[in-house]
Amino acid sequence: MTTDALSRLRAGTGAGASAGRGGFGWLLRSEWTKFRTVRGWVIGMVVAAILTVFVGLFASGNANIGCQNSPNGPVLTGKACLPYIPHGPGGEVVSDSFNFAHQPLTGNGSITVQVISLTGEHTNITNGHGDRVGSALANGLAPWSKAGIIIKQSLHQGSAYAAMMVTGSHGVRMQYNYTGDTAGLPGRASAADPRWLRLTRSGDTITGYDSTDGMHWTLVGAVTLTGLPATVQAGLFATSPTYTVTNTSFGGNSNDSGPSQATGVFDDLTVSGAPAGGKWAEVAVGGGGPIGGGAAGGGPAGSGSAGSGSSGFTEAGSTYTLTGSGDIAPATPGPGSNYPTATIEQSLAGAFIGLIAIVVVAAMFVTAEYRRGLIRTTLAATPSRGAVLAAKAIVAGGVAFVVGLVASTVAIAVGVQLETSNGQVVLPVSVLTEIRVVAGTAAMLAVAAAFAVALGAVLRRSAAAVTIAIVTVVLPFLLSALNVLPSGVGDWLLRLTPAAGLAIEQSIPNYPQVTSVINPADGYYPLPPLAGFAVLCAWAAAGLALAFYVLRRRDA
Amino acid sequence: MSATVQASRADQAASRAAPRITGTGLIDALHAEWTKLRTVSGPGWLLLGVVALTIGLSVAAVGATHCPAGAQCAVDPTKLSLTGIQFGQAVVAVLAVLTICNEYSTGMIRVTLTAMPRRELVFAAKAIVVTGLVLVAGALAAGGSVLAGYLILPGHGFTAARGFHVVSLSYGPTLRAVVGSALYLGLIALLSLGIAAMIRDSAVSIGAALGVLYLFPIILAFVTNATWQHRLERWTPTVAGLNIEATTGLRGLPISPWGGLGVLAIWAGVALLAGGSVLRFRDA
Repeated sequence: MTTDALSRLRAGTGAGASAGRGGFGWLLRSEWTKFRTVRGWVIGMVVAAILTVFVGLFASGNANIGCQNSPNGPVLTGKACLPYIPHGPGGEVVSDSFNFAHQPLTGNGSITVQVISLTGEHTNITNGHGDRVGSALANGLAPWSKAGIIIKQSLHQGSAYAAMMVTGSHGVRMQYNYTGDTAGLPGRASAADPRWLRLTRSGDTITGYDSTDGMHWTLVGAVTLTGLPATVQAGLFATSPTYTVTNTSFGGNSNDSGPSQATGVFDDLTVSGAPAGGKWAEVAVGGGGPIGGGAAGGGPAGSGSAGSGSSGFTEAGSTYTLTGSGDIAPATPGPGSNYPTATIEQSLAGAFIGLIAIVVVAAMFVTAEYRRGLIRTTLAATPSRGAVLAAKAIVAGGVAFVVGLVASTVAIAVGVQLETSNGQVVLPVSVLTEIRVVAGTAAMLAVAAAFAVALGAVLRRSAAAVTIAIVTVVLPFLLSALNVLPSGVGDWLLRLTPAAGLAIEQSIPNYPQVTSVINPADGYYPLPPLAGFAVLCAWAAAGLALAFYVLRRRDA
Repeated sequence: MSATVQASRADQAASRAAPRITGTGLIDALHAEWTKLRTVSGPGWLLLGVVALTIGLSVAAVGATHCPAGAQCAVDPTKLSLTGIQFGQAVVAVLAVLTICNEYSTGMIRVTLTAMPRRELVFAAKAIVVTGLVLVAGALAAGGSVLAGYLILPGHGFTAARGFHVVSLSYGPTLRAVVGSALYLGLIALLSLGIAAMIRDSAVSIGAALGVLYLFPIILAFVTNATWQHRLERWTPTVAGLNIEATTGLRGLPISPWGGLGVLAIWAGVALLAGGSVLRFRDA
């Protein structure tokens, strides 16, 4: 953006004075000298970096879970309390708990079934104050309750899979390897309007089809599961994620959640390619049997292998009924996750302090010149006013970038260590994503600084410039994070205001196949990271353009 | 106090050679501060901004919230109607900060303190005048916001038949919330005055004041440790103070409405004390 703006500025001021021409580097140097020789500003930047790190670590590092494995056993804290955490083929942390009626499938083959119904029960959450009425379950499905057929590498949690399923309110889906999700037929399955599902394996490729009558099939998707062994597990599955109700109570978001379970009724189950006379064996992978199911559902803690002996599977003639609870999906931040999850950007809560300090200094970088009358000297020395504005924006933005880069690098490096040792499951991300979060936070602060410089040049009064720059970023975040506004309105604030730029910090994508409330405090933003950042850049560019116009038109 | 009085007497004695300046009492100080505020356009616009922005955000929040038939809506209608206070408080902070800092940036403070050598009196007069104006604006802002809730919310499904109270001043808790919101803004003004007297520079003071207002709730949103969540909810100025707006689920509040306002009052008192001390003991 800066080179762009510069070339525009140069073109626009070509007819003007020549004193500053050819010497933009010199101009930058003089602005940098002005910046670094004001002791208060330098101290302010250092303090901003330190506070950013400390507040971030305070917010991310003080959640320590505790547990007791046996009634009289020692009280454990932190990592020792975590269950086995499965990782998917892509390296991401996943939920992998479901009830599985399976048999081995060797070589190529296919599995076909007719789903007659999907019903469910969930924790009875009746009002906004978290009061549950009794311990009974209420009838109803979670949006992502699911049941269908699955071909899975093994019975181990986190192993590769591809599945065709009916869902609570998202129609037929084909899902694979936790993060993949493709839509099929819409609507719910019923006896009058059943859904037929088919998966075929050919080498490493698994293809999913759906149909409403079992005769006319539609291709939903084909996926390649690399390294699939010759013998895989194929069969029926049912599972249902944590049922969450978010209370939009003002001043603090509270979520009430509890387990749910889904029951699928299947007919006409056929498997081609399996050994003849194969029996269906039920196993609750990752403890995904029905809620309160008779026998112990889960596998031994820490083993990551399948448990056994739940009682959510019945066979009657050609009809099969399977009940399960859990989820097959990527683990996500915020409520509804099976583990105490944390994100890397949770250590960046302190960036708001950094932002306030940077905005204050950046605004003063311009307004102090007006207050002291130095601006007349500056403009006499460099009559090209656009160049002065650009130099100020670059210097303020550059300082903000360096401060932000140092602070966010330290905050994330130390914060992730703290979170991990405290027993939080820090959701892993690729190195590229990590770089985008760290450098993006620094860039966000830099653009905010340029925005403040622009406001300072337009308004000439630091009070107004500082207030606008802070309030337009902080208040929309606050109103959304605390659910002060209904979530739809909060989302629009985070799309349209400069606060959209905070989206650059989001490390875990908004997976559509997981119910999550868009709350920026959990790491969710309505816009993708770069789009959000572009909105902030647009605000800064508009501000700088206005400042350029006003600066040229007005006497100093 | 007596030392203070003696000190200021000494100041007066030192300046006795000059023509006698009338007005060293609180009434005169108040009159002087009132004149200063009244005769520039900034404070008027800012007070108008407090009312307009508060009511504007409140109307937006109320207008966007619906409770569809059959749904369970965990909404406190009065608190929802007063959403705009979150915005208005920023303008109040700016007004309070500028009342102090503009005098420093223009050098007016030296004239003021020459005319009124009793600095604590000047500070008290400023606090009274600003807070008085903010209380009036805050009452208008909160009243207007609640009026919007009264007019709009029943049409959006928040009816008495479904168990929601009518957002009206005749309902005790709503009246308390409205009066409390005005007081809340008054205390924010005092808190900001104290910060400004300590810092003196307008940009830094506003940054600090807005930080105190907005950073604690943001940190609260990130903190996952229940103990610290509870502490932040009870003891930080804005989070605790805004409990004054709650009218439902009162038993589940982290701190009682008036208790929360009391916490904010303690913050404001400490800031005023610190700001007053800096004003008293440091050269202007």
